[in-house]
Amino acid sequence: MARIALENVSLDFPLFGAGSRSLKKAFMRLGTGGRLARDSADTVVVKALRELSFTVVHGERVGLVGPNGAGKSTLLRVLAGIYEPTQGLVESEGRPVALFDPSLGMDMEATGYENIMLRGLLMGLSRPELREKTADIAAFTELGEYLAMPVRTYSSGMLLRLAFAVSTSFVPDILLMDEWIGAGDARFLDKAQERLHGMVEESGILILASHSEEIIRRLCNRAFLLEGGRLIAAGTPEEVFAVYNDQGRAHEGF
Amino acid sequence: MQQIRLAASDLIEGLRAWVVWGLLGWQDVRQRYRRSLLGPLWLTLSLGVMVGGLGYVYGDLFKTPIDSYLPFLTGGFVAWGLISTLITESCTVFVAAEGYIRQLRLPFSLHVFRLIWRNLIIFFHNALVFVVVAIVFKIVPNWGLLWLIPGLFIILFNAFWVGLVLGALCARFRDIPQIVSSLIQVVFFMTPIMWKPELLANRPVFVHENPFFHFVELVRAPLLGEAIGRDTWVITIGFGLIGSVLAFLFFARARRRIAYWV
Repeated sequence: MARIALENVSLDFPLFGAGSRSLKKAFMRLGTGGRLARDSADTVVVKALRELSFTVVHGERVGLVGPNGAGKSTLLRVLAGIYEPTQGLVESEGRPVALFDPSLGMDMEATGYENIMLRGLLMGLSRPELREKTADIAAFTELGEYLAMPVRTYSSGMLLRLAFAVSTSFVPDILLMDEWIGAGDARFLDKAQERLHGMVEESGILILASHSEEIIRRLCNRAFLLEGGRLIAAGTPEEVFAVYNDQGRAHEGF
Repeated sequence: MQQIRLAASDLIEGLRAWVVWGLLGWQDVRQRYRRSLLGPLWLTLSLGVMVGGLGYVYGDLFKTPIDSYLPFLTGGFVAWGLISTLITESCTVFVAAEGYIRQLRLPFSLHVFRLIWRNLIIFFHNALVFVVVAIVFKIVPNWGLLWLIPGLFIILFNAFWVGLVLGALCARFRDIPQIVSSLIQVVFFMTPIMWKPELLANRPVFVHENPFFHFVELVRAPLLGEAIGRDTWVITIGFGLIGSVLAFLFFARARRRIAYWV
């Protein structure tokens, strides 16, 4: 049974080289949520997450909502085990699989088939498991003969299909996504959602950060509103969007 | 204490993921093959041309007979190619793997293993130049060549801790790679690779107190069929042991921050 529990998790993100004013300014313009505080040694520290505590259990599909820089992506990376929090405890049962940027971790010179193998191994599958699944994965991508060609010749939509197909070829305990499901053509989006629904029903947890109210309402049964690294509201997507929209902010951020 | 345990499990998990770094490292090499006929053999070829050209000019300059100078030079270059590439690529080992580091939870050591594996494969490509030279100058291999195996192992062992340390430091301070590559160039000229150690008999400091000389010897001496000196064993193994302990303590402190730095 998949389960994630965060207890009082805070994460300070150091921005090195920020002594140069230009970078700091650029970041100030970029980051809206993260409070900028000055560290003693002329290093800017962004308080990306602050005192987060929550528990997500099996079968829940959580949408993360909030303006740009609210800490959604950072939180996903903490849940994926990529960032270790500065403070607090993250307990997770089950193996997380993160789908952040589909083209990352792909070898552009290698063929689609080789990338299926590569990505699968990176996600912790074994070679025999992958050999067994390759046909299924290939069928789901609908890329046909393109799979024998180098990935650099693919369009971004094709890359996405490939990444999605591999990453969802087995039912992960915990699936983490950062706003990319909107890419790809409409028919593939339907197909992807069908697969996602199936995956979540079978087991595990979905955590999806998105700016799209529609996608979160359709996919999620729970939502968290983040702002400035804090958890402002939690509840059903309807409740959370009511709070969010009440704040008079467009959901695209600023 | 917990950080030490996490660092240790990073190293163990990294080693155990040999299927992954084996494939990644292999793919790095294959990438060089893919769009050209010669692939990594281009590097081998250019090494061959360089060694051939330098051999004739410097052999004359140093008044060393070519049939002893050229094998010495080739062995030195093959060894130096491995050592210097391992060091300079260590600087980018984590920065270049940013895509993996920020998307997947993988042991950090995996990227270092990949780097080492890739350079070992390329080393064997470059060693072909020595084979050609050995054939031309009729060097008959003797059992001493087997010392190459422990010699290489010591180099790679040292490369592992250097990779962890330089990889993390260079991710944090982005100007270190430039410093390292200029230092490497200086070291190249100060280390007996182009010139024989006997030529500097009145300043043995540059030879015997220069760790790079000993690391080069680990490869060059077996190739030339000579015995590896006792000092070389002591210094290189000592470097490996002391370095890896210090590097481990450093890695235990730095590990969790690498993901922020890249």
